[in-house]
Amino acid sequence: MILRARLGVTLGGFDLDVALDVEPGEVVALLGPNGAGKTTVLRALAGLTPLDRGRIEVSNADPAAVHVLDDPVAGIFVPPERRPVGVVFQEYLLFPHMSVLDNVAFGLRARGVDRRVAARHADTWLERMGLDGFADRRPASLSGGQAQRVALARALATDPDVLLLDEPLAALDVGTRGGVRRELRRHLDGFTGSRLLVTHDPVDAQVLADRVVVLENGRIVQAGTLADVTAHPRSRYVADLVGTNLVRGRVRDRTFTTDAGAMLVGHSDEPLAGPAYALVQPASIALHRAPPDGSPRNVIPGTVAGIDEHLDRVRVALDGPIPLVAEITPAALAALALRPGDEVWSVFKATEVAIYVA
Amino acid sequence: MGETPVVAHRRGTHRGRPQRVGRERLPVGAVVLATIAVAFFAAPFLGLLWRVPWSDAWQVATSETVRRALWLSARTSLASTVASLVLGVPLAWALARVDFPGRSLVRALATLSMVLPPVVGGVALFFSFGRRGLFGQYLDQWFGITLPFTTTAVVMAQTFVAMPFLVLTVEAALRQLDRRFEDAARTLGASRWYVFRRVTLPSIRPALVAGAVLAWARALGEFGATITFAGNLPGTTQTMPLATYLALESNPDEALVISVVLIAVSFSVLVGLRERWLGGGTGPGAG
Repeated sequence: MILRARLGVTLGGFDLDVALDVEPGEVVALLGPNGAGKTTVLRALAGLTPLDRGRIEVSNADPAAVHVLDDPVAGIFVPPERRPVGVVFQEYLLFPHMSVLDNVAFGLRARGVDRRVAARHADTWLERMGLDGFADRRPASLSGGQAQRVALARALATDPDVLLLDEPLAALDVGTRGGVRRELRRHLDGFTGSRLLVTHDPVDAQVLADRVVVLENGRIVQAGTLADVTAHPRSRYVADLVGTNLVRGRVRDRTFTTDAGAMLVGHSDEPLAGPAYALVQPASIALHRAPPDGSPRNVIPGTVAGIDEHLDRVRVALDGPIPLVAEITPAALAALALRPGDEVWSVFKATEVAIYVA
Repeated sequence: MGETPVVAHRRGTHRGRPQRVGRERLPVGAVVLATIAVAFFAAPFLGLLWRVPWSDAWQVATSETVRRALWLSARTSLASTVASLVLGVPLAWALARVDFPGRSLVRALATLSMVLPPVVGGVALFFSFGRRGLFGQYLDQWFGITLPFTTTAVVMAQTFVAMPFLVLTVEAALRQLDRRFEDAARTLGASRWYVFRRVTLPSIRPALVAGAVLAWARALGEFGATITFAGNLPGTTQTMPLATYLALESNPDEALVISVVLIAVSFSVLVGLRERWLGGGTGPGAG
């Protein structure tokens, strides 16, 4: 299933202008700051906000069978209830006055499916999501992770071609996020249609998506794999967002070892083992000309690969056993007199390294 | 009784219950005024109950006049509650959701009868739907329908003054409702009507109940518009409040008994619904 969208929406003073394709079997993450228009993109795709300009179409391998969902010029607008689009909303929005089973069966019941048939179908979905025994529960009694699975089951029970997820992990507390994120990856893998995920967290993009589209001020500023985008940030926001140092590795015996064999000391909210990511904020890295002697547990040698000066901050790219980006002040840069090729030591505390299971 | 909690739990070290030390102490002035308010509400009822001829009460309460008035009041107040729901909920929905020109004017019009003296409403109804009224004359000429002095007129008068209570309550609830739940329902394939039935209405149920009870109570107590527009015919238009007022001149004991019946009915409904009133939650996620 291919989703092709040219979205033009004007809401008050806000103007959205976005071209977005999701290829078959692909998971695309839409990253961006608050107010960038991420939710407007989802609402337009779902039919909750009609387009002012552009076109939304869904097609399968057969190019003759193009299903146009919205095209204001051609006068086509398919209302939300007749679009093959499932949505997992931010905060999940489970109907509080219905049981879990009725929530999942809602879409089928709305389509006129017989009560018992719909209930049986919903039961199958609950089972698939590992929620057997939750059918009669009220949404208010569910944990965040359980509510997310119910929302996913509810959206998928109507067999949509496109699945949209709006900040699916934002409602969860940090301690459970990692586990739920991995589980979500598994469930997303089980769905064959186009998947588009809105998030502001690069870790979500890394773990859940194949490709990243960065949205800012209603425009796409960058697109590609997360690695591409990270390597060449094209705006201040992208640099901040994905300029985070995200290092792949493994956790064994409570130590994080990168794929290249270097070690990092960090902290984690959950017990870890196996493949993992370590996350280091550039601003938490201090640079030294000589190996320092102090409390920070991470002291990584490297050479300056590039210096990127902004108004109030300087980003220094470092090569070495662990490629890193450090952010320092222009005054610090002047004091260290750094130039490309210089040898430096990156120093940061274990508390500044967040480790996630991949 | 004499010791304040502060003294009894000095420094909060006794028996591990220090939290009582911090309990808020009410300002004396406010307590006195609140007590006066309660007394002001309670005194008339005490005075009324004191004068009720309890020995004949059952006989009076089951007399022909009272039974007919009670039965008429029950029927008409319920009919106007239903009419208020059927017409008022869509009106509340339109006021809350549809952005049409003159909306605030329509809202003012729809709630005008709430602040108007009911007698004025009755006069207005009479000159509009009376036999010689602006619309009433055509009802009479074309369909042979005359409304004044009929039970239908009672229901019209009651609905006229009662519906605003429902409209205001339901409109407020619809405005507070998190509309994203309705969006979610639509993406799941639900038509607007299905969403309204399965998501919107259940979500505003507390307000719907509260609004219906308010409207019903207002309809039950309706006097001025009814007597002006519908008259005072026993069995046809003489509701409980009308019967009470008339009995006061001829048979005060009967007036007292009817009043007690009205108080008992209204009070038990209010007490029975106190959870709804205090609940306050109107939208999904509000509790």
